[in-house]
This record gives sequence, structure tokens and C-alpha cells, in this order.
Amino acid sequence: MRILTVLRQVLDAEETVRITGNIVALEDSKLIMDTMDEYGVEAALRLRESGADIEVIALAVGPARVQEALRTALAMGVDRAIHVETDLRLDAIALSNVVAQLARQEEVSLVLSGGQQADWDSHALGAAAAERLNWPQVTWTNALELKGNSLSGKHDVDEGSESFMVELPAVVTTQQGLNEPRYPTLPNIMKAKKKELRRESLDRFDTSPSVRFIGAEIQTKNRLRKIVDGKDVQVAASQLVDLLRHEARVIE
Amino acid sequence: MILLVVEYANGKVSKSTYEMITCARELGREGGITALVLGNEVASIAAEVAHAVDQVLVADSSSLAQYDAELWASAVSQIASEGEANTVLIGGSRSGREYSPRVAIRLHAPLLEDVISLRARGTTTIAERYTYLARVTEVIETDGPLVVVTVKPGVFAAAGPNPIAAEQFDVDLTLPPRRLQITGKTLEKSTRISLTEADIVVSGGRGVGSAEGFTRYVEGLADQIGAAVGATRAIVDAGWRPYSEQVGQTGKTVQPKVYIAIGISGAVQHLSGMNKSKIIVAINRDAEAPIFQIADYGIVGDVSLLVPAIIEELRK
Repeated sequence: MRILTVLRQVLDAEETVRITGNIVALEDSKLIMDTMDEYGVEAALRLRESGADIEVIALAVGPARVQEALRTALAMGVDRAIHVETDLRLDAIALSNVVAQLARQEEVSLVLSGGQQADWDSHALGAAAAERLNWPQVTWTNALELKGNSLSGKHDVDEGSESFMVELPAVVTTQQGLNEPRYPTLPNIMKAKKKELRRESLDRFDTSPSVRFIGAEIQTKNRLRKIVDGKDVQVAASQLVDLLRHEARVIE
Repeated sequence: MILLVVEYANGKVSKSTYEMITCARELGREGGITALVLGNEVASIAAEVAHAVDQVLVADSSSLAQYDAELWASAVSQIASEGEANTVLIGGSRSGREYSPRVAIRLHAPLLEDVISLRARGTTTIAERYTYLARVTEVIETDGPLVVVTVKPGVFAAAGPNPIAAEQFDVDLTLPPRRLQITGKTLEKSTRISLTEADIVVSGGRGVGSAEGFTRYVEGLADQIGAAVGATRAIVDAGWRPYSEQVGQTGKTVQPKVYIAIGISGAVQHLSGMNKSKIIVAINRDAEAPIFQIADYGIVGDVSLLVPAIIEELRK
């Protein structure tokens, strides 16, 4: 069977966000594979290592630079990669069209994707792809086990967690806590250079953004930053309580 | 019409529903506001929400006793097409976020996720939303006769009641079979006020030292001032606290009047879940901790000494 693991390249969470004109500037910033997607790559590799005959394909849609993220996935152990090249900013609904078409074309049984995108804070890709494929979905998984054609595990819901079982094909979204993604070793980085990285043009997928981006601005709420030294515990505690009671007036 | 899917819990309409109603009223598209209640034995929910909308549709069925993304998506898209909705509003809860994309695909509509504002200009819909782990606010827009929107909880004010209650109608739906089998459930019930509905949230991170430390300092302070409690991913992963209390990128987003962070250094992923709080208070040993960069008030010092002193001071 085949697993398609979808990944995106995003700004490293530790990097400062900068805006040029009215868009977020990514030049000169450190870009990484979205960590949420990295759990999906690791999950696919672990399912393969659990003994089933599985081929793992990584997919990224975006400008030429996203090949770096695909190379990382290949070095982690993914079998081959597909890069759909475009400079368009595709929202999750548009992107899911590419994912669904490739999932069909490659005859995959499982699509993995991160639960939330660290750049556009979107949660929609997995579910939108599942609907296009008419497959069930499991979101926010934190344990996965494959037995034959049944995938079971645990996932988070509004007020707690659930154990689940689903027959493949299905779409699964991944998150922190599912596993500890491996680091690519030097020999594997070398090996990855020989693996297939297929380039496709977005044109043949007949998809376009469904949402227009008008502008962006960095949120700066002016904070008071009245920080006191707590060496004298009693004084600091009574100062803080006094500020909250009489200046901020938020507690009684 | 604007179709709004009612969120409820423990036999009561959730605050997030009243926030969506405010969003719908401000949007002011033609056809009024229709609330859709999905579930089993939900008459009291329908009666409650009827006081704040123009029409209530109720799909009360044993097959809807338990939430399922495919069932919910199917139900909502059927109602939206039959009612010729121009806008579908869905809550930005975990479940809302996971079935709303399916609704959008079924209806061939664009999806605006987690909006913090929403405006109409003819058939163009304009929204603001947070991106880049809630560090950026973006303006987006889309055209078309129908748009699916999820509304970020805790942003809009809760709507008040109308003078007269709206009429309720039962609806029959054709529902698909469940494909995702739920074989077990771990519900995390808390006796405290819910994290996303509280005016004050007290949260703890690694700096509280241990699960016992969390109970003593975070819960101790929360009980003193009637606050909800929150936690960082690190201590949820460590098993000190249940997932339902987690605040941040992979947990809940909160926007209380006061957020008190105890022993929290302030990783970007945590900040994205609380940085819109009106007032942020931080207590941490490390003066260089990023949490102090976004704090209004704070003390640099030992949590185990400071928090008991604060609780003592509050009792005075």
C-alpha cells in the first residue's frame, strides 16, 4: 500500500515575523518543514517499519524552495517525493484539490497531513482532501496503529480524547505528541540525493485560490510591562495585588 | 439566510453560539439568521437559542447523538442548499474546524477559517484572521453567493436576546453511515468554569515544579479568584494536567480579561493561544523569559514563594 504525506515549508517558529509591503516577508528567514507535518512523515515511516509493505510518498506544493523540505523528508526515509511547482498562495480548499488528485493518481490508501499550518494557521487541508476523496478522516491523532486495512489509535476532541478505528482509505492529521520525528543522518542525506523527486506543474491540476489575501499586519498590543523584582516576596506580592485591584481593576 | 450551527455542551447553548450570533448580526446579510441544532434530545437547546435568532431548525435524531464530522458536514450542507443560505457560520471549536472544510467542499464554497471580523460587500465577504501562530492579522476576501465561515471563539461579544422567540421547525435529513468508529472516550470533566468562557484564567508551566506544585499554586490561586485553569503543552505531555486544559497552538485559544501565567516561559506555540488576552500577568523566575515581553504586570522571582504570598494577600 501507499501513504501520501503532505508537507509544507514554513517560517521557523523561533524566527521573527517581518512584513514588507503588506505581506509577510520570508526572504532571509529560516524556513523549515512544518513541524506538524513532520509528525506525519515520521508516522508514515513508523507504519512502514511496523512490517507492512508500504511505499511512502511525500508531496509539497509551492515555489522551488519547498524542495528543501522534500529533501528533508527523503533523508528521513520517505521513498520518493512529488513537487507541484507554483508561486500562487493556495488556500487549504484549493490545495486539497491537488492533494486529492495525486492521492487518486498514486493510488494511496492513507493521506497524512499536519493538524494546523504554522503559517496560515489553517486546520482545513486534511478534512477538505478527505471530502474531495469521499474518505473518512481522523484529526489530531496522537497514536496510530495499522492492522491489515484497519487503522486504530487515539485522537483529541473538544473535551478530551477518543480511541478510534477506521478502515482505509482515510485521511489522518497529525500533531505534536504523536511521535518524536527522527533526524536525518548523514548517510541518509547522501542516499536521499539519489531518490526520485518528481516535478509537476500546477497547471494540470486545474485549481486556483478561492480566497484573496488583501493585507497583513503584525499584531502589537502595547503591553504595560510593569515587571517588579520578586526578591522581597511580601512587597512584590502586595504590589501586584494592588495593581490588579486598583489600577487594572480586574479582581476584587 | 445566514445559517448558524449551534454549539452546546452539558444541556446549555455555548457562549461560542452567542458570539456567532453577534457575528451574524454584524454581517447583516439578507434572509435573517437561522440557527441549526443537530443532536439527540435537543429540544431545550432549540428553545434556548430561539430567543436570539430569527428561525430555528432542529434535526433531533438518535443517529445524531454522537458528533461525527461526515454526518455533521452532510447535515449542514443539506440544510444550507435547501435553504439557499448565503453564509454558513460554524464554531471555531475542534469539531467545527474539522467538519467545516467538508461543508465547504460539498457546497463548492470558499472557507474563511477562524475569523475575528466579518463584513459583507454585496456577494464579497471580507474577513480578518490571525496567521503565523497568531502573530499576524491578515485581511482576506472571497466572492460568491455562498461562503462557509468558522468563527474564532472568544472574540465577538455574546449576543443578547430578541424581544420574541423565533419559530422552530423540525427537519428530516438523509445521513450517511458512520465510517469512523469511536471505541472509547476519555472525557475530562472539570468542576471549574470552562477555560474558553472564563473572564480570568490562571495557567501553569514547567516552572510550577510538579503536578503537586500546579495544584498548590495554579489551582490554589484560581480557586481564590474564581478563575479557570490552563496549562502548557510541556506539562500536559508530562502528564501533570489533562489535555483539556492545554492552551496554545495544539490546545485551546483563550482571550480572557486577565491571563495569569505562572512558571510559563512563553514559547511561541503557547503565546499563540493566549496573546490576545486583555491583561497578561506573568510570574517567572527568569527575567529573560519571553512571557515578560507581552506581560502587563509581572514579578520576577520564585513561584513557590510568590504565589502563596499573593493568595495570602488576596484573602486580606
